[in-house]
Amino acid sequence: MKSQSWFAIVALSIAACTTTTVNMSTTAPSPDPRVGLRAGWMDAAEAAWNIRLVSTTPPSPDFINRSTPGDFQFINSDMSFTGSYVIQGNFSGVQVWDIANPKAPRLHKAFVCPGSQSDVSVYRKLLFVSGEALNGRTDCGVQGVTDTVSHDRLRGIRIFDITDIANPRHITDVQTCRGSHTHTVVTSPSDTANVYIYVSGSAPVRSPNELAGCYGAPPDSNPNSALFRIEVIQVPLVHPEQARIISSPRIFNDLVQAPSHSEAPEDVAAAARAAAEARAHGGFTATIRGSEIVLGPRFVAFRLDSIVKARGGTGTPTAADTATLRANAQSIVDLIVNPPNRRPGPPPGPTQCHDITVYPAIGLAGGACGGYGLLLDIRDVANPKRIGAVADSNFSFWHSATFNNDGTKILFTDEWGGGLQPRCRVTDKPEWGADAIFTIAAATMTFQSYYKLPAPQTPNENCVAHNGTLIPIPGRDIMVQGWYQGGVSVFDWTDPAHPREIAFFDRGPMDSTKLVGAGSWSAYWYNGYIVSSEIARGLDIFELQPSGFISQNEIDAAKLVHFDYLNAQDQPKLVWPASFVVARAYLDQLSRSNGLAPEKLAAARTALARAEQLSGQARHDALAQLATQLKSDSQGGAPRALVTAVADLAEAAR
Amino acid sequence: MAGAALPASDSLRIMRLALATKAPAAYARMKKLFFVVLATAACASATTHQATVSPSYTAADVQFVSGMIGHHAQAIQMAGWAPSHGASPSLRVLCERIVVAQNDEIAFAQRWLREHNEVVPPADPRGHVMPGMDHPMLMPGMLTPEQMAQLDAARGREFDRLFLKGMIQHHQGALTMVAQLLAAPGAAQDGPIFRFAADVNADQTSEIDRMNRMLDALTGSPQ
Repeated sequence: MKSQSWFAIVALSIAACTTTTVNMSTTAPSPDPRVGLRAGWMDAAEAAWNIRLVSTTPPSPDFINRSTPGDFQFINSDMSFTGSYVIQGNFSGVQVWDIANPKAPRLHKAFVCPGSQSDVSVYRKLLFVSGEALNGRTDCGVQGVTDTVSHDRLRGIRIFDITDIANPRHITDVQTCRGSHTHTVVTSPSDTANVYIYVSGSAPVRSPNELAGCYGAPPDSNPNSALFRIEVIQVPLVHPEQARIISSPRIFNDLVQAPSHSEAPEDVAAAARAAAEARAHGGFTATIRGSEIVLGPRFVAFRLDSIVKARGGTGTPTAADTATLRANAQSIVDLIVNPPNRRPGPPPGPTQCHDITVYPAIGLAGGACGGYGLLLDIRDVANPKRIGAVADSNFSFWHSATFNNDGTKILFTDEWGGGLQPRCRVTDKPEWGADAIFTIAAATMTFQSYYKLPAPQTPNENCVAHNGTLIPIPGRDIMVQGWYQGGVSVFDWTDPAHPREIAFFDRGPMDSTKLVGAGSWSAYWYNGYIVSSEIARGLDIFELQPSGFISQNEIDAAKLVHFDYLNAQDQPKLVWPASFVVARAYLDQLSRSNGLAPEKLAAARTALARAEQLSGQARHDALAQLATQLKSDSQGGAPRALVTAVADLAEAAR
Repeated sequence: MAGAALPASDSLRIMRLALATKAPAAYARMKKLFFVVLATAACASATTHQATVSPSYTAADVQFVSGMIGHHAQAIQMAGWAPSHGASPSLRVLCERIVVAQNDEIAFAQRWLREHNEVVPPADPRGHVMPGMDHPMLMPGMLTPEQMAQLDAARGREFDRLFLKGMIQHHQGALTMVAQLLAAPGAAQDGPIFRFAADVNADQTSEIDRMNRMLDALTGSPQ
């Protein structure tokens, strides 16, 4: 009782300082505080759970139109990070923020250069910016390009030297046929002289008179079609001005049948029941793409008639004829479903990717491409190869991908409606405009579940799954993700079949009477903080709060992971330094999951605390002993990662 | 919007406000557009590195946005028949999504036209309704009244087949409308229009692919 009231006082005092209470409950607040928030631009009401808004910084003067809330030409887009800087793309250029003090980000440079979407990446002293829209100019002018064919138009990748980040120096442009909606910087472990860029473009192909070699006709009428391919740009690090397209891999070729859990479970069950019933009553069935289907009466009558005629008979088929059909039904169906000569015409499959996330440490990439999620082998960076593909009838437009840290899972997003539409209303299905989680085993992706922002939004809030990154909590797959005006959602997908939201932040709509585009374009973890690019409201920085889902030790362990730079679509392997807090984070997880007997857990905590007081050989010995103890406990469930973390600590103490 | 009292300490901001408040009047009539473009271009070159130039738009933009309303309305009517016409479960899923998606896009199109003081045509599934014209105009890819009657009369598997054929034709028409838009001088310079056109292009391309596969499965599978 006493400790509870003490806790209440602490909670209250923290609440007074930060407007967030420390809540160790694992029950989501009910009713959901995100419902019914007051509308407003810079003054909308806010709701937060297990996350704290550290600062919110409005766009710089050149990137805001105060008389038009949510002015489309000033949309903030994606972000990239280098050192203490956030580079925030905008449909009118790029803003560079210094977030060394996350409570008060400082504008370092506002660089006007229109042309959506201004997807940004950095690599060492180079900045890459995507241009897709028709109004982007090579000279960064604001007057647009009104001619249908013009050499002033920039659609592709702009490359800048940011040795002096306050004064980006334009080096060159690499123009592409469909422009660059997004791009992905790819580093090759075996080629340190170059950096590569995969260009994804979802807009129509431009005229060959504007850029030679651009053909929008399908490959069957023009083998040089700019459709059905991605572009790979090579940037020589010593001579970035020589950047050029070195390959246009046709990664969609022969993409005929992707495994798809196409029907809803109840439909699949109903079809299976119908097939079983038909079989029980002497009906004919065959298997098409893994599902048993009932052969209809007309099909059966026609085939039986053929069998009768084939033996030179007439009249009603005999029992022998029926047996012949039964024996051959599957091969007849196979021949019909997979005819030797497929129909002519353009190859099926996506014509482009929307975005590609590479994970060079494991040699894989996840491509979100039209109606497909692709798994690519990128060990030969210039020549990515498709090794797996999935489709999903609940997915409209595959938007982006994120791997878990050990590469055993991949999460794809469906940006149904392109981000301008309100797709989180009460009436919108939870599996539409959501994330889909797959496990990966030997290039086969297996669907596990959907995750969608659980709080309904109003029809005046554009909302759908969008960009996020992992939060580097060891031993778990935790992700933060922007959902446009649905806000920021943090969720745990360690169990891929049961993802669960564990923290959120949301604002009311921009306008209570109509849809005005805004919200979190992307929310990324970077060196201890969550940074969110707010389309209309600027830059938000958050800090995770300890809760019943995440302990302070886990947050502290996450903060140990330091990036010199970060491009979210060039996914870095997360590695934790040997640290007591990492070991404690694992112990907290064991405590939460009841994975170790309480007395063993308590003993391990005590041993760890004692070892921390020691130094040198004494510390090493204490930790080595603890590692051995945990190893013998591991039959009881102590994870290998904990044993390794303690053993690493022991090594570090030598 | 007009005359908003704001600190105007720097000249860039004054220029921006001037442009922003001028915009609605300038948008009012298409024939003035040429001069607006000239005016904004002049402003832009005078203040080279200042992001705010009110985006201009052309008759082709208006035609695209308003034409898409009737075009989408027909798709919604077709898709709305799925439950009552015995469509297969997978087609019903597709139709449900088409209804939601295209309703939202109609709302976007009507909002855009309203905000730019343009005529807002009704969502008429017979086609694009223009003031002073007796009959709605069929936009590219739209089904003729005969095709619509045929589809409405079909049931079950035949409905699936006709729907897929019809909707592929319909979606290809939308891609044609995007291509026509982008081929028009000065068109799709306005950010939302380019985004809308690019989204239509990307979504409907992948939906055509999906429907082609469904049609293949339908005509290839025995019944």
